[in-house]
Amino acid sequence: MINNPETGMTLIVKTITRLTVGLILLFGIYIILHGHLSPGGGFAGGVIVALSFVHLMLAFGKDVAVSRVSKNLASNLESIGAMMFLLVALLGFLRGSFFLNILAKGSPFNLFSAGTIPLSNIAIGIKVGVGLFAIFLALVVLERSK
Amino acid sequence: MELHILLIFMIFAAIVAIEVKDLLSSVIAVGAVGFALCLAFLVLKAPDLAITQLVVEILCLIILIRATINKDLPLVIEGRWVFNALSTLGFIAVFLLFSWLALRELPRFGEPIMEVVKKYLQEGVSKTGAVNIVTAVILDFRAYDTLGEATVLFTSVIGIMAILRKPGRKKKE
Repeated sequence: MINNPETGMTLIVKTITRLTVGLILLFGIYIILHGHLSPGGGFAGGVIVALSFVHLMLAFGKDVAVSRVSKNLASNLESIGAMMFLLVALLGFLRGSFFLNILAKGSPFNLFSAGTIPLSNIAIGIKVGVGLFAIFLALVVLERSK
Repeated sequence: MELHILLIFMIFAAIVAIEVKDLLSSVIAVGAVGFALCLAFLVLKAPDLAITQLVVEILCLIILIRATINKDLPLVIEGRWVFNALSTLGFIAVFLLFSWLALRELPRFGEPIMEVVKKYLQEGVSKTGAVNIVTAVILDFRAYDTLGEATVLFTSVIGIMAILRKPGRKKKE
């Protein structure tokens, strides 16, 4: 399916995509995980993750991208991300109030610091990435398959 | 100075996006507005917003180009133009009135009243442990707002999936 010359763009685009799409996905994950240290965060990183799948879909056609992330997986992950963010919010009730930062703060400039903020970033990243990819999937695929 | 050049360029590109006849050219002009806005955020020293604006603009451009590339919709301008023009002028007047009422209370551009910001800047790192103060504000001090935004995005995804899915189940006869 991935080498089918009928679907997607030309061989040049497919070869470049094979090299770059993993790096784009990795950069998105880096932006999400370092959200509390450097510019970026859950939303921007999630959009970059979604863009890597959009890149895959534009280059190889919709079947390859859908085989990586199907519609059911997309909607499940979207719900899991939203629930995880709400769970982080509700964890604050263990010490008294909504969205209280109850985990250990750690020392600044470390990757494992800032308590619940990285967890919120990961949850928003999953939610935004999968959600925007699902929107793209709906706008491009479902419309054509009338 | 750079900011004024960018703003003039954005206004020019927005007028081009409205006036040009071809739909694809219009989408590209809208993209030029977005990228100039990204540069404006960088000039104003807001890298968080610049990154977000850049990636969202790219995704929007891909979706818009993909959606418009084979459909050059004709522009319908005839019809009830008197009513349309009057209602447009009315909405602009109401918008200007309310924005005048709201904006006259604000401080001048570039002169923030450092009341809330000062507290965040002083206590942000010690209270949250996050070095990026923007993340500390949106995910700790003002996390409730972020929950609302996440809900908005969730609702929009549900709405798009509901509208654009394949035709729904038919009732069994």
